[in-house]
Amino acid sequence: MKFTTFSAAAIAGLMAANTAAAELVIPDLSYRTGPYAAGGIPFSDGYQDYFALLNARDGGIGGEPVRIVECETGYNTEKGVECYEATKGEGALVYQPLSTGITYQLIPKATADGIPIHTLGYGRTSAAEGEVFNWVFNYPGNYWDAASVAVNYLLDENGGDLSGKTIALVYHNSAYGKEPIRTLEELSAKHGFTLSTLAVDHPGQEQKSQWLQIRRERPDYVVMWGWGVMNQVAVQEAANVGFPMENFIGNWWAGAEHDVTPAGAAADGYKSLNMNRIQDYPVLDEIQTMVVDAGLAAGAGDNLGKVLYVRGMYAAMLAAEAIAKAQEIHGVSDITPAMMRDGMEALEITEARMTELGMGGIGPEFSVNCQNHGGSGEGLVQQWNAADGVFVPLTDFIAPDDSVIDPLITEDAMAFAAENNITPGCL
Amino acid sequence: MLYREAGDFKTTYKADSQTFPIAFDRWRYWAVLAVAWLVIPFVINDYWANAILVPFLIYAIAAIGLNILTGYCGQVSLGTGGFMAVGAYACYKLMTSFPDVSMLVHILLAGGITAIVGAAFGLPSLRIKGFYLAVATLAAQFFLVWLFNKVSWFYNYSASGQINAPERFVFGHAVTGANTTPAAQYLICLLFVTGCALLARNLTRGTIGRSWMAIRDMDIAAEIIGVDPLKAKLTAFAVSSFFIGISGALFFAVYLGAVEVGEAFGINKSFLVLFMCIIGGLGSLFGSFAGAAFLVLLPVALKVLGVDVLGWPTQIVSHLQLVVVGGLIMFFLIKEPHGLAQMWRHIKEKLRLWPFPY
Repeated sequence: MKFTTFSAAAIAGLMAANTAAAELVIPDLSYRTGPYAAGGIPFSDGYQDYFALLNARDGGIGGEPVRIVECETGYNTEKGVECYEATKGEGALVYQPLSTGITYQLIPKATADGIPIHTLGYGRTSAAEGEVFNWVFNYPGNYWDAASVAVNYLLDENGGDLSGKTIALVYHNSAYGKEPIRTLEELSAKHGFTLSTLAVDHPGQEQKSQWLQIRRERPDYVVMWGWGVMNQVAVQEAANVGFPMENFIGNWWAGAEHDVTPAGAAADGYKSLNMNRIQDYPVLDEIQTMVVDAGLAAGAGDNLGKVLYVRGMYAAMLAAEAIAKAQEIHGVSDITPAMMRDGMEALEITEARMTELGMGGIGPEFSVNCQNHGGSGEGLVQQWNAADGVFVPLTDFIAPDDSVIDPLITEDAMAFAAENNITPGCL
Repeated sequence: MLYREAGDFKTTYKADSQTFPIAFDRWRYWAVLAVAWLVIPFVINDYWANAILVPFLIYAIAAIGLNILTGYCGQVSLGTGGFMAVGAYACYKLMTSFPDVSMLVHILLAGGITAIVGAAFGLPSLRIKGFYLAVATLAAQFFLVWLFNKVSWFYNYSASGQINAPERFVFGHAVTGANTTPAAQYLICLLFVTGCALLARNLTRGTIGRSWMAIRDMDIAAEIIGVDPLKAKLTAFAVSSFFIGISGALFFAVYLGAVEVGEAFGINKSFLVLFMCIIGGLGSLFGSFAGAAFLVLLPVALKVLGVDVLGWPTQIVSHLQLVVVGGLIMFFLIKEPHGLAQMWRHIKEKLRLWPFPY
């Protein structure tokens, strides 16, 4: 009996959801529950609040209001697929799944359905090859860029020579964590450092043995590809084994406030990469007054200005700019996903434009074209100041070593094209 | 009235021992099959296929598989996720090594490979029972997931360790990959569900099934009356793993298209399928379907109700789902320890006498 009532409700819900609307629909595949919620919540808040700001301040983009459709994935691929199928019928313009696993699922589906995917610094690295992955964008950077930026930073610290040094990679034992290994292997051959890899299984609460191994081997540097609860545990374990924090570098998904605060003062000096500089932006004040104080915030409003909040906002800004670009190219304000793709492919982010938007210096300058969907790949290094509770940018944006990464991307993309009978080309 | 034997005369032994001895049951069975095969494929869309029907059918196969082992043979297994992973990775290796062979063959072979692996992990069941066997199968779960993560041959040395299903065909229709129509996805799963259910039904009614049940009810007594425990237990492990392997192959190739072993086939999957068997009813095929439907549909229904109809915040609904599903599991275990299948049996008893109960 229960089933019939529930399925009747399900059908009613689907019918209600399928009513057409003349607005810009942006699905937000968020995760506010589960072991990765600590990262998912601030990102989703930032992503939604920026669109809420555009709606409140400018009446949307090009006169069209933005409608956010939130769907909880719990970082789970099955729920991600369900969310994708449930939201795509509403005219979704671009997907931002914030999960490498879900991205792998969605790449073939969204390509077949003609809906662009934006994976901001995550997802499938070789999607930077725009001629093979026409509908997938991973600007402004990808995992291999991040690995190279980290190594370039270490090169810089060591006077350009890493030979004889040991770098340990602590990684999440999943598609996400395994991505940088190939690049780091190439870089270790090129620069003469020794790479050792230590896998941490999902969700990452159990890391005693990995850190005991680090304590025994005493690598010069530890690089970490972590997400969710794994980061907090790793920082705490590093403090427990007395590993010097200034030699511990997380990637840009392992460097947010909630990752380091549980370890308290012991986390002071922890470094991480970042693709969006943390500082006071005028746009954050606008969000505070026009969104949070007006009661329109997606979350509790307590994440404003945090690392992942700013990154979510940055992702929303890139989507909004692409929508504006698409509206400009096609001369209509109510754009389709195909037009959105054209807008993303013609996207150009300049310092002047970022300053105009009230977030000068937030990210690197880059432009997208048909061949390159990956942006500049630049990242900066930031360091945790436990006393003040802020991440302080240590460097300006550092460029990755394209001579190593580009051939790897081409190789992987061509293998994908061959496997799936894709003839590379522009749309 | 609706459901009774009166007037339904059997004149042959064959008719007397058929699967559905009651005429109403037979008609219901044919009606379900007719709707599943002749109506749904024409009305199905992407959402219904990917969010509801395909996962339901795939989990139903897995639940039937586990039900054979746990429900019919009494061997508790927590290795379902690992065996599904064997099916998925076997299917992936076969798909990429022999691209021209039909997917039907690959899926069956993947099931066969899983049967061998399952039988091998079933060997300890000859010496240990109950909780200890559960722990031994738990070891299989962790070992298999570790293996598919560690040995890069299984994922063709891809940088990410993910396996992706390329486009493959059955009689010229794509059944895997992005261009698969929802009807094709649904039909291939339905084909295997129908085949597996028929096979399971007939196995459990025959000699092998009876020997499984004898072992389940009391293994020493079974041995005394001449049931070979080695044969009974290992066939149960093999047949169960065959079904679970098929469901793993479909789960990867037809449903998700890309999986990562730790995330898709972790210990949670083992528990999920075990819960399906328990809630549906151990030792019942109908229970496998009911349990799979319950645990696949309920979260989706709650989500649609909470988020789309009532407009609640997504995280509240998501947490509520855990509470409601957990609460319902407890409710069922207390009120109906034999699962939904027992409830269905009660309804049938009532229907037999309706409208004149005595």
